[in-house]
Amino acid sequence: MKILVCLKQVPHKDARLEASGGWIDEGGIKFEINQYDTYALEEALRIKDAGEAEVVVATIGPDRTSQALRTALGMGADRAIQIWDDSLSGADSLTIAKLLAAAAKDESFDLVLMGLMSDDANNSLTGPMLAELLGLPHTTGAMKIELSDGKAQVERELEGGSLQVVDLPLPCLITVQTGLNEVRYASLKGIMQAKKKPLDKKGISDLGLDAAAVASKVTVDKLYVPTKGEGAEILEGSAGEVAQQLVGKIKELGLL
Amino acid sequence: MAFEALDFYRIDDELSEDARIVRDTVREFVDKEFLPLVVEHVRRDGSFPMELVPKMAELGLFGSNLHGYGCAGLDNVAYGLIQQELERGDSGLRSFSSVQSGLCMYPIYTYGTDKQKDRWLPGMAAGEVIGCFGLTEPDFGSDPGGMLSRAEKRGNAWILNGTKRWITNGTVSDIAIVWAQTDDGIQGFIVEKDFAGFEARDMKGKFSLRASITSELFMSDVEVPEENRLPGVKGLKGPLGCLNQARYGIAWGAIGAAQACFDEALQYSKERMIMKRPLASLQIPQQKLVKMATEITKAQLLCLRLAKLKDEGNLRHPMVSMAKMNNVDMALNVARDARDMLGANGIVDDYCSMRHMVNLETVRTYEGTHDIHTLILGRDLTGLDAFGG
Ligand SMILES: Cc1cc2nc3c(=O)[nH]c(=O)nc-3n(C[C@H](O)[C@H](O)[C@H](O)COP(=O)(O)OP(=O)(O)OC[C@H]3O[C@@H](n4cnc5c(N)ncnc54)[C@H](O)[C@@H]3O)c2cc1C
Repeated sequence: MKILVCLKQVPHKDARLEASGGWIDEGGIKFEINQYDTYALEEALRIKDAGEAEVVVATIGPDRTSQALRTALGMGADRAIQIWDDSLSGADSLTIAKLLAAAAKDESFDLVLMGLMSDDANNSLTGPMLAELLGLPHTTGAMKIELSDGKAQVERELEGGSLQVVDLPLPCLITVQTGLNEVRYASLKGIMQAKKKPLDKKGISDLGLDAAAVASKVTVDKLYVPTKGEGAEILEGSAGEVAQQLVGKIKELGLL
Repeated sequence: MAFEALDFYRIDDELSEDARIVRDTVREFVDKEFLPLVVEHVRRDGSFPMELVPKMAELGLFGSNLHGYGCAGLDNVAYGLIQQELERGDSGLRSFSSVQSGLCMYPIYTYGTDKQKDRWLPGMAAGEVIGCFGLTEPDFGSDPGGMLSRAEKRGNAWILNGTKRWITNGTVSDIAIVWAQTDDGIQGFIVEKDFAGFEARDMKGKFSLRASITSELFMSDVEVPEENRLPGVKGLKGPLGCLNQARYGIAWGAIGAAQACFDEALQYSKERMIMKRPLASLQIPQQKLVKMATEITKAQLLCLRLAKLKDEGNLRHPMVSMAKMNNVDMALNVARDARDMLGANGIVDDYCSMRHMVNLETVRTYEGTHDIHTLILGRDLTGLDAFGG
């Protein structure tokens, strides 16, 4: 069994962020592995613990992302692939999927796992796009995965709390929901051992692609935090006065 | 709001990638596993969340800077960062790990026979065997050389008598490293909890380090086999060597406690409105925050350099004294100012500053009091001994 886990390094959930152009100011903030992806990794490691499996983790990102890969190796993944070129800054989902597909195509993975979406960009696109590029059956938002006899049985949560159970033949790609399992910590010993595990760094041409083939089609115009308080009016006075003013406003606006 | 560690001088850039991973992993462990439990244990006088011990072991916290025997073999920067993160949680959490690692595994590792190491260290790394360190006595704290506990050789065993007080983890330990006078100077013994004549009792009524168990050990004609004596050291340098390990960890740990208090005061003062403006916009609170941040940054630099000296083998023990003395004093001042800035909220256990503040009173006292480290440094600088003994 050979499993690929795609993971992304995103700003730490507690980092205090400043918008800057189309993205955030990355200077001096901390990063972590996208929460959704940690569940995908844990699921892969559980499959490995239960039997024989090689777990490969891959990411697309600059130097800082090696920390995410080493953390994954410290948790128990076997090897890592880091793909980067400065031209990829701000890449859209299809570009990311193309790069991952190129890295995965000669490896014949039995299973590709990744998060349903990333905590920072919230697109939910990379998984399905990667599956299409690799020609793999896929499903999204897994709450439970069971493998047997060359197939994966996946439980998915639908709107309104109902569950759907789908079967996919292996090889396939599954994106996972948070809460699918309980994610382990990297052990300190594991972190030390991770230093000796292979981490391959690849550029665009190492994947047999060229800049034109992976040029992004989507560009972000701007990123901003809507200003607070617009359209709000603060009524002042005693409780009675405020209530009277409020009734006046409601009538004035014809809300009743 | 979630904790954000002060890193004004970008110390992070000086850390190796694995040190950062270690730090972030332990920080997450403390956030998710320990902090939800701490207040409950502080309210119960002298108790520790023992259910976390297997998880701490799985993470590899026990003996993390030792090599072999299931230990991670971390360098001293990573080891220090672990203590920082644990003490950011609570001094009681760091104490648990310090005692197990620095005061119990370390002497077995350093002064023990191969047989003792094989017998004890793997179980201690796995958290299955808990240790405590018995040096202090009711009448001998800063001056342990005067201790009354005594071991007499009888045949192939030692007969141990004495009382040890203020012993962290005494009642939850499987073994105690007990230091006692012998005809050959002070020696260390591995006393197993079920040896006849050995008893541990909890001490109650602490204002400080409440999320930690503190005990008294009583030894009355305890027969300790010769194979449980630590043969590698005689004299006070035995226990002092262990304390040097633990003091090193405390110097880092104090930074964690201070960071927790600083971050709490910073966030609180930005939100707390006084006369329609944030507390943090006023000069006196700002001065306090600036002082805290400056002192924390200085303490970080001290520790980073100390770690490098330790890794290079160039560490002299007064250097550790300086860092322990300075950083704990710093953290206590930061905690007091933070508590003050929180006003009345600062005295309830929804906030951490006062918990750290009272904990740090213990940290100031144990592992060599603030004054004792001053005297160690005074002697080192002048060549003149002012201990007065
Ligand atoms: C919560 C807690 C946990 C502890 N855990 C452990 C443990 O696990 N194992 C263990 O062995 N011990 C432990 N200790 C004991 C601790 O190490 C001692 O309390 C410490 O060494 C100080 O000794 P003392 O309390 O007897 O104070 P004293 O030595 O009586 O000191 C009292 C005061 O006198 C000052 N003083 C002492 N000597 C001199 C001098 N020569 N010149 C000038 N001033 C001096 C001190 O600085 C201090 O201000 C613990 C203590 C506490 C509070």
